[in-house]
Amino acid sequence: MSASVHSHRVVRWINDRLPIFTMVHHSAVEYPTPKNLNYWWNFGSLAGFILAVMILTGIFLAMNYTAHTSYAFESVERIMRDVNYGWLLRYLHMNGASMFFLIVYIHIFRGLYYGSYKSPREVLWWIGVLIFLTMMATAFMGYVLPWGQMSFWGATVITNLFSAVPWVGQDVVTWLWGGFSVDNPTLNRFFALHYLLPFMILFFVVVHVWALHTVKSNNPLGIDVRGSQDTIPFHPYYTIKDLYGIGLFLILYLFFVFFAPNFFGEPDNYIPANPMVTPPHIVPEWYFLPFYAILRAVPDKLFGVVLMFSAIFILFILPWLDRSIVRSAHFRPIYKQLFWIFLLDCLVLGWIGAKPPEGAYLMIGRVATIYYFVHFLILTPLVGIFEKPRSLPESICTPVVKAAKL
Amino acid sequence: MRRLFVFFLVAALWLAVPAIASSENLRLEIQSWSWQGMFGRYDKAQLRRGFQVYSEVCANCHGLRLVAYRNLEDLGFTEEEIKRIAAEKEVQDGPNEQGEMFTRFARPSDRFVSPYVNDQAARVANHGALPPDLSLMAKARAGGPDYLYSLLTGYEDPPSGVILTPGMNYNKVFPGHQIAMPQPLFEDMVTYDDSTSAALPQLAQDVTAFLNWTAEPELEGRHALGLKTLAFLVLLTGLLYALKRQIWSGVQHG
Repeated sequence: MSASVHSHRVVRWINDRLPIFTMVHHSAVEYPTPKNLNYWWNFGSLAGFILAVMILTGIFLAMNYTAHTSYAFESVERIMRDVNYGWLLRYLHMNGASMFFLIVYIHIFRGLYYGSYKSPREVLWWIGVLIFLTMMATAFMGYVLPWGQMSFWGATVITNLFSAVPWVGQDVVTWLWGGFSVDNPTLNRFFALHYLLPFMILFFVVVHVWALHTVKSNNPLGIDVRGSQDTIPFHPYYTIKDLYGIGLFLILYLFFVFFAPNFFGEPDNYIPANPMVTPPHIVPEWYFLPFYAILRAVPDKLFGVVLMFSAIFILFILPWLDRSIVRSAHFRPIYKQLFWIFLLDCLVLGWIGAKPPEGAYLMIGRVATIYYFVHFLILTPLVGIFEKPRSLPESICTPVVKAAKL
Repeated sequence: MRRLFVFFLVAALWLAVPAIASSENLRLEIQSWSWQGMFGRYDKAQLRRGFQVYSEVCANCHGLRLVAYRNLEDLGFTEEEIKRIAAEKEVQDGPNEQGEMFTRFARPSDRFVSPYVNDQAARVANHGALPPDLSLMAKARAGGPDYLYSLLTGYEDPPSGVILTPGMNYNKVFPGHQIAMPQPLFEDMVTYDDSTSAALPQLAQDVTAFLNWTAEPELEGRHALGLKTLAFLVLLTGLLYALKRQIWSGVQHG
């Protein structure tokens, strides 16, 4: 990359000493991107966008928030009522969390459908799973901060999970709480960590993009790029496509912020935390519901916790569970069906997670939980071995050239 | 694009179904409220009537500790009127230069003075039950304003076979049907200045509207800014789409 691209003297002077402009040019302008990416590839940049929104609104909320059990609820209401546009900041942040998970779930399922976790993208996939885990921790702790009833009881239920650890469980929980119940020390450390973790996510995102730009983007056909005829520069093609995606996303996101800001929330969290009154149903935010369903499907506490964490950690070994060398489900007739069944299974788990764990709900939850693991541990490896994939096109531009000839 | 749209439709349904299902089993009397929908606004006359109901009835037991007297400006009260309303209550202040606490009349900058000095005093005065603060009530119950309206109009004699705990009252929509609060609103218990008839449904609607304002005082500003923002975004996104089509017009892609 020669410095001649940069015509301005000052830019050149800086670039000769720190090639930051070259780096940006390399990764955001000329980055060769497959020309056949569909709109499902918009969700990566969307996730980055919403992360920026969350960090920015979060910083300004933190300036007005008080992390103390006696003042936290009031300080959030002060933000809502007396801080200029405080309601906007808070509703952007609150709904932004739901949007972040919606986007990331779509991004993950995109990866599952098009085999984006397969060689050479395993490390890229790992970092993605790591981002997802960090997001979950961040969201959980953020939900505790307004110190409403669901904040308090959610924190109590989830931290209590660690008491299932053999021998040292109760000590671990006491250590997490900083006391003998969820109380002021808990709220303080959750606030500190809730401020810290997003910057760790940001760091992981940088590494994620670094890994991506090393192995390059996958594409809907799942075949390797053969040459420059298969790619187009990132700018202006994908910058404009991503901007259009951000526009569409903002319409959806801001519709909720302005017209249904509490749609994703629980009414109980507008009741100040009260350790003496347990709400009738303790439910986590919607994005945790599938995992909550897996946790409650098991009668044994320790096994339930292990299973719940396994549901996420299993993603780390997915690149080796899937034996098929064909990436895109487009050319895998059986895996394609299994993908949709798996998606349905996850939606069923989410629905069950919102229901009380009794009767038919419990049974459906158990079947769906078993299927979740059967999909990864049995069906995915077997299909990879026995499925006969459809024939792959020679290159990304071949189908286009053929279509043009007709 | 079409599949993306279908996906969002399915996702929205999936999110909406539990919400609809959970509101069904409450059997609430669904009302149409002036502030609903994207163009919804509060009816200021209704909010003032609701404030009157709150002041004359609810305020005997329930506080509004998150609302300040100065906020009544939203209801169309003048500064002088607000000063007068605030001055009807006394608050403890201090210490003064002699190091003593003193009471003074409330000012517009004070929050609504709660009827009891603390929760324990409230319980003693109410047979052990604690009348909750109403500031956020319209957001803190499933069903929101419809729940409040249904609760206020939902008192009736217990069905035969239902034996109430002494001191409890039967209510159609209260979870468990036994509520400590006796029926608070009756026809004509308030005389409206604007000569609106004070039938029970009217009283209940008015005070519910007022309580929705105390829970969401930002609503009108939120709706107004939302309309402007979405109009701008639709335009911007349309232009971005046109630009995207133009830039991509020379590319043959899959």
